[in-house]
Amino acid sequence: MNCIKIETTDLNLYYGNYHALKAVTMDIRADAVTALIGPSGCGKSTFLKTINRMNDLIQGVRITGRVCLDGEEIYAPGVDVTTLRRRVGMVFQQPNPFPMSIYDNIAYGPRVHGEKNKNRLDEIVERSLRRAAIWEETKDRLKKPAPGLSGGQQQRLCIARALAVEPEVLLLDEPTSALDPVSSLRIEELLLQLKKSYTIVIVTHNMQQAVRISDDTAFFLAGTVVEWGRTGQFFSRPRDRKTMDYIAGRYG
Amino acid sequence: MPRKIKDAVAYMVIYLAAFYSVLLLAGIIVYVFAKGFPVFDLPFFTTVSSVVKGTVGIAGNILNTVYIVVLTLLAAVPAGVGAAVWLNEYATPGRGVRLIEFATETLAGIPSIVFGLFGMMFFGTTLGFGYSILTGSLTLSLMILPLITRNTQEALRAVPDSYRNGAIGMGAGKWHMIRTILLPSAMPGIVTGILLAVGRIVGESAALLFTAGSGYLLPEAGSGFVSKIMESGGTLTIQMYLSLARAEYDTAFGIAAVLLCIVLAFNLLIKILTRNKFFAG
Amino acid sequence: MDIGIHGVRQTAHNTPQGRLGLSVTEKRSHTQRIETAAEAIFTLCACCMVFAVGSITLYMIANGIPAIYKLGAREILFSSVWKPTAADPSFGILYVILTSVAGTVLAIFLGVPVALLTAVFLTEAAPRPLAAVVRPAIELLAGIPSVVYGLLGMLVLNPLVYRLEQWVFRGSQTHQFTGGANLLSAVLVLAIMILPTVISVSETALRAVPEQLRASSMALGASRIQTIFQIILPAARPGIVTAVVLGVGRAVGEAMAVNLVSGGCVNVPLPFCSVRFLTTAIVSEMGYAEGLHRQALFTIGLVLFGFIMLVNILLHKILREEKG
Repeated sequence: MNCIKIETTDLNLYYGNYHALKAVTMDIRADAVTALIGPSGCGKSTFLKTINRMNDLIQGVRITGRVCLDGEEIYAPGVDVTTLRRRVGMVFQQPNPFPMSIYDNIAYGPRVHGEKNKNRLDEIVERSLRRAAIWEETKDRLKKPAPGLSGGQQQRLCIARALAVEPEVLLLDEPTSALDPVSSLRIEELLLQLKKSYTIVIVTHNMQQAVRISDDTAFFLAGTVVEWGRTGQFFSRPRDRKTMDYIAGRYG
Repeated sequence: MPRKIKDAVAYMVIYLAAFYSVLLLAGIIVYVFAKGFPVFDLPFFTTVSSVVKGTVGIAGNILNTVYIVVLTLLAAVPAGVGAAVWLNEYATPGRGVRLIEFATETLAGIPSIVFGLFGMMFFGTTLGFGYSILTGSLTLSLMILPLITRNTQEALRAVPDSYRNGAIGMGAGKWHMIRTILLPSAMPGIVTGILLAVGRIVGESAALLFTAGSGYLLPEAGSGFVSKIMESGGTLTIQMYLSLARAEYDTAFGIAAVLLCIVLAFNLLIKILTRNKFFAG
Repeated sequence: MDIGIHGVRQTAHNTPQGRLGLSVTEKRSHTQRIETAAEAIFTLCACCMVFAVGSITLYMIANGIPAIYKLGAREILFSSVWKPTAADPSFGILYVILTSVAGTVLAIFLGVPVALLTAVFLTEAAPRPLAAVVRPAIELLAGIPSVVYGLLGMLVLNPLVYRLEQWVFRGSQTHQFTGGANLLSAVLVLAIMILPTVISVSETALRAVPEQLRASSMALGASRIQTIFQIILPAARPGIVTAVVLGVGRAVGEAMAVNLVSGGCVNVPLPFCSVRFLTTAIVSEMGYAEGLHRQALFTIGLVLFGFIMLVNILLHKILREEKG
């Protein structure tokens, strides 16, 4: 069965004076899909970003509490964030291919981490594109600019790009909200494939999506985790009144 | 007066004003070319003026201009781009940024004659470079620094944050991200800034008069090309000013025509560059 | 090992190094060093700006002060007799200062209206194809070197102004004819040279006026022209002020073109007098000046620098207000 990949304990996050995450304590299982749901501004994206320390980029952020990856505290002094982010990859809401060729997009991460061998890079590019189920569509145009792909293809490319550095965890921040329904479904299928070997955490606005693809679900409201657990139980027998209201569509 | 007539008069005045600018430009170009082109012949471009040989030529000045453009860019582009990168990517808003932005604004507002005075005293006297191409180039590099920085900053601002997040989220270091993503994306803007700067350098005179001097001879073959940097060298504009002062109007018009050709060419280049959307790779 | 019950934590871990055998606490010191070096270099570049402005200020002051110290502020700044090479030299630069002030003010009065109307043309009145001809023309005007303006001013404008001068002072016994090289010519050249700057900055300002203002004015039955002059221009005022201030900066600092068309005697700034500006005094005399004369020229440079800093600070204030 699955071990715990990430655990947070009493995690608080402040943007200046604004208390954005309040005492978040939860676990994320390895090789499973965890969905974070909740109304806009509830802190689910913020929580996601604490896992690979992307909040470091924002001015005036202060964090207390613990976030552990495989038992190692990631906010401890002496942590190398570049290594952390290599192990915990991220895919953003808007597909963001770099303005370079498809090949160079995928090879970007490995090159960042020091891979120079052409043959190995070729291998990584093909493997990553295959895993992200976009190899067939791109194998004949690897040298073409990536921004020329369609939105759905761009997002799968971004997933492939994230996979190219062999991460263990994949964070996805509403990866399908900018896409059409067909492209969204393809991404969902892809995630179900990927969870066999990756820990996946996905923020989504779409509850159906959470039901379809996730193993665990956590419900965020106003910076707190109201409830978290197995997706089946979460949706069929929620313990908290607020969760029930949200599932029934009584929140935004 | 009825409103309609008032409006019509106002329109007329507006059109006249616009027409005036165009007429002015057309007049300048036509007049300068009409007077300047007849001066053009091969010796004009390939020799230097000499009373003994009876030649009138600007070859030395063309070479000096190239020297000064290249040396100035070498000094100013790295510093200017670096400053823009710091302001846009590293700096946290506050006193430091405000100070540096104020300095950039101020530097952009200082007239070239003041740069000339400063260059003469600081690079010429204090550092002991005298009247030389090096003094002139260093002086001009201060002058074009804000131009480079501003254009780079604008270009960096236009790069979407998603690129930054994408690269950082993959574990790239900041400098790596800047080098591989930001600078290539900002390249057209940076190049535009450089082209504008070249235009300013080529047209500059007041800042060079007391810094680079007015030498017009070609360097001696061989090592002369290196030592030339420490020698006095007048650009095309300086030569044109001196020709005017000596009432050699034909030469002045010839140089003016050359300068206008350069200005036109660079404007065209910038137009082409800013029109094309740019994708690397 | 499982999350059996809601929200109840189990404790079980993989090995801390993960799949790649990389612990997050492992330092990649080489990369780290490059990153630190890069940041240091960029910071240094940014400091270059401050260093440049600082040392220019310092040098201008240090070199401009001695003459004031030796001659006294009254003698140099408020005396109008400039005879630097006479046996009993005199270094009064009052007329030089006044000439720069008068020349700039007049050039602004002549140039700004034309520039504003052109900006209005570009943003409000022009059909697209016409604007597409006028805008590049103005950009080109900005690129023309000032010596070229000087050349044309000298050989085209001066003769015309001379004719005007002959007509105005026909029969005059006392007027000293300038051959067209006088304040008027300089002002005309300056008025042209500030056009591109003022046009492009005010064009940006006009463009920034919200579309709703235009629409609601037109909807009230105002004509296009009324809308332009009563709504849009006032709304764009801060930007237009910026444009004018930038124009002042250009006019005060222009040296070469003015030097070629303005004559060169130190005189009261009257339209048909041969005059000397702050900038042209430096350009034409620095080449041969020595001793106290040279120091006096640096004082002129300092006065010029003072004017420019005034303009810069004003500009800075305006821009800050606009932002805030």
